[in-house]
Amino acid sequence: MDILLTLVWIVVLFVVVMLHVAYATYFERKIIGHMQVRLGPMRVGWHGLLQPIADGIKSFFKEDIIPEHADKPTFLAAPIICLVAMMTTLAVLPFAKGWVLADIDIGLLFIFAMSSLASYGVVLAGWSSNSKYSFLGGMRSMAQVISYEISMGLSLVGVMLLAGSLNLTAIVEAQGDRFLGMYLLPQCIGFFVFFISMLAETNRVPFDLPEAETELVSGYCTEYSGMRYAIFFMAEYIGMMVMASIATICFLGGWNGPFPVPFFPPLWFVLKIYLFMFLFIWIRATLPRYRYDQLMGLGWKVLIPLALANIVLTACLKAILD
Amino acid sequence: MEQVAIVDRLRAEFPDEILSSYTNQGQTAVIVRPGRIVDILRWLRDTDDLRMNHLRALCGVDNVRRKEPGLSRFEVVYNLYSIPLRHEIRVRAEVGDKDPAIDSVVALWTGADWLERETYDLFGIRFDNHPNLRRVLLPDDWVGHPLCKDYPLKGKEEWAGMTELLEKIKELDQHGFDPEGHAHGQTAPDQEDDL
Amino acid sequence: MTRPISKSLDIPVPDGDSERYSLRMGPQHPATHGVLRVDLELDGETIIECTPQVGYLHRGFEKLAENKTYAQALILTDRLDYIAAMANNIGYCVAVERLLDISVPLRAQYLRTMVGEMSRISSHLLWLATHALDIGAMTVFLYCFREREILLDLFEELCGARLTFSYPRIGGVRQDVTSAFVDELQRFLDIFPAKIEEYETLIDTNRIWLKRTVGVGKVTGEQALSLGLTGACLRGSGVDYDIRKHQPYGAYALVDFEVPLGSDGDIYARYRCRMEEMHQSVRIIQQCIDQLPPGPIVGPDAPDLVMPNKPRARIEASTNIYGTGLIKLIRDRNLYMSGDVYVATEVPKGELGFYFISDGNNRPYRMHIRSPSFIHISALATIAKGELIADLIANIGSLDVVLGESDR
Repeated sequence: MDILLTLVWIVVLFVVVMLHVAYATYFERKIIGHMQVRLGPMRVGWHGLLQPIADGIKSFFKEDIIPEHADKPTFLAAPIICLVAMMTTLAVLPFAKGWVLADIDIGLLFIFAMSSLASYGVVLAGWSSNSKYSFLGGMRSMAQVISYEISMGLSLVGVMLLAGSLNLTAIVEAQGDRFLGMYLLPQCIGFFVFFISMLAETNRVPFDLPEAETELVSGYCTEYSGMRYAIFFMAEYIGMMVMASIATICFLGGWNGPFPVPFFPPLWFVLKIYLFMFLFIWIRATLPRYRYDQLMGLGWKVLIPLALANIVLTACLKAILD
Repeated sequence: MEQVAIVDRLRAEFPDEILSSYTNQGQTAVIVRPGRIVDILRWLRDTDDLRMNHLRALCGVDNVRRKEPGLSRFEVVYNLYSIPLRHEIRVRAEVGDKDPAIDSVVALWTGADWLERETYDLFGIRFDNHPNLRRVLLPDDWVGHPLCKDYPLKGKEEWAGMTELLEKIKELDQHGFDPEGHAHGQTAPDQEDDL
Repeated sequence: MTRPISKSLDIPVPDGDSERYSLRMGPQHPATHGVLRVDLELDGETIIECTPQVGYLHRGFEKLAENKTYAQALILTDRLDYIAAMANNIGYCVAVERLLDISVPLRAQYLRTMVGEMSRISSHLLWLATHALDIGAMTVFLYCFREREILLDLFEELCGARLTFSYPRIGGVRQDVTSAFVDELQRFLDIFPAKIEEYETLIDTNRIWLKRTVGVGKVTGEQALSLGLTGACLRGSGVDYDIRKHQPYGAYALVDFEVPLGSDGDIYARYRCRMEEMHQSVRIIQQCIDQLPPGPIVGPDAPDLVMPNKPRARIEASTNIYGTGLIKLIRDRNLYMSGDVYVATEVPKGELGFYFISDGNNRPYRMHIRSPSFIHISALATIAKGELIADLIANIGSLDVVLGESDR
């Protein structure tokens, strides 16, 4: 019975997240559109509201082109790896108190592991496409993930120190429901590093080098089309949501808000995620793209030292205050 | 400096090289032998009171139908300008009738590289000591040099690369790449007659 | 089943101690501004050898022009730099007028200067848009198009075309401006400087933009001259060469403007130069509107294909000017003086020169187009060498090339 219930919850979560992904694209296109003095989608449905559905159906029925000299099994598996790794992380996210599929003790670590795994998908996609642009995109992605994973992991060590746990629910509860309890203030350096690493980790502007369209055509997904391309797309958006969730959980106090909401406890959590999604989109509309070596320089020379300093500082403060 | 004065200086410096000079619409040109063209241009560029440091244009001319007497079939025209001193001059080098060739000026102006390649491409004028004298605008296997006056405005046959491409399309069509039945690569047979 | 296409890509194979491989960028590539192909020899992402290839858009304009009358060949120049067709038309007309000794009334000179500068702004806007897009700033792209649209609408009102104008004609311009056009243009001039500042706030104060452009693609003044760079690419390196000042044509001698100069010769300097040029263009257009003299817009001795206000001097026109006159013009062999002339104008991309040889015929004996883009592309090999792929893209954008002009 328990298993059945869990399965139902999984299905519900899956559907909700997929809808969110679909409408996140709509959200992005509309917001960027209005920031760029245009309207965004307007044709399908009222103000283009059905556009994501139409896009989904379109990509589902498109011809699935596999380049002749691609490494077929890897080529087919790569998008799946991406998506599965990203979806799995959803299991450990606490959307509200008790609203979590798997309340495991190493939640944060699990998320890191999974998001590194997702980058395998990108690297393999780049390698297996047998196209030089894809290959370069894959290489860039590999280098980027390696360097930013470190700074991201280190930036969260401060949070772990303060909360004393890797369990995400415990981290939220450690922050309490007061505004000042949020780790945003004591961990402002950590948050800064995390936010930038988060952009890099999800391959978003200004760190969208793996798929820099003006340089590498479309990077690792140059040779992908139809559904497989859409899967990469979904993985990217789920990645954005997961990263926004971690930021919410670790720095913004998770589901806690000014007052508890009856019937729908995750409201504050969802709102905070939307805030981050909006930031993602806003940044995309504003910033140019970094260059590959500058990105590396930023990661290794600025973010990692900052994150290390943050750990030392937090540890010292904690030792003194305790 | 006055353009005519520049010509006088040139005559004094290279008495054997200058064939003639003239002024048209306020622009003075000198016609020179091709042999020492690099020396002439280097002298024009480096002499202190001339300093023709900007190679404005380099192009070939096919003189075969020109009415002026005494010109060789091909010539290369250099338009020079001095940015600091604001004067200009045109140097026309007569490069001969058959197998025209002249020394390259890439050593003086790097930018002459492609201009010379273009001239070679379109006129068949050879530039000696050019680092990479290949066609630039036309495909490498193009036959003929289109800007020569005897080159027809419309050729008799397609370029080999194009025929190959059409063959390829036909071949691909047999593999079912033409689901909607567009007949690729079938040129209308009577097209030539219509023109 | 036979396999139709069976060429395998050579994925990098270690070759001794370096891992060089080649990448063919273009002719279909989002950032090559048309059909430029760049063959790259790479070590990682560093460019070891960069060989630009052009010719995909070669339409043989020089050959075509030799077989058309002067007035007919004008429309070819629309197709050179299709982003600033007006400037090409002006360049062509100025050259032909010098060659055939045709006078242009002052009003037409002013109108040409005006539309030429409008064309410069619209070209620079497109350059800024695509350059920013290449570097990844997407919003600037659409902001620039917003203003460019106003200019294109103005052009449409002026001559009915948005892209290929053929508005300047040999001996004058095609049509006079209406007061509605002038009002609309004035409105544009009033808002435009604020818009330039808007673009600058988006990119100029952006650290990423500065990191991507400052010190990248450096060309010294000496090098730039040797490479034959002109226009903003040369001025960005600190060489003061603007044909509008050096050899004024149109009404440039009568209006007051400055030539912005850079000093570093990097992408940022070229960017600054062009941004300043837009300000100067606004100044020039404003003065043209203010000083616009009355009078005819076509000279008395203009040849065929302009609407003649008076009987043309060089052609003894019979009663039917458009019929017999034209035929006579085509048949008559010794209409014009023979000789050669090289006339350059400052188009948005750089120095656009026309070298004409006239044989007394009604068709040019030879027309050579010195196209700035062609030379700028050839300079790419030198500039991009040793830098990264991302810089190559920034450099292509910064050199501001148009393949239609390069390939002719």
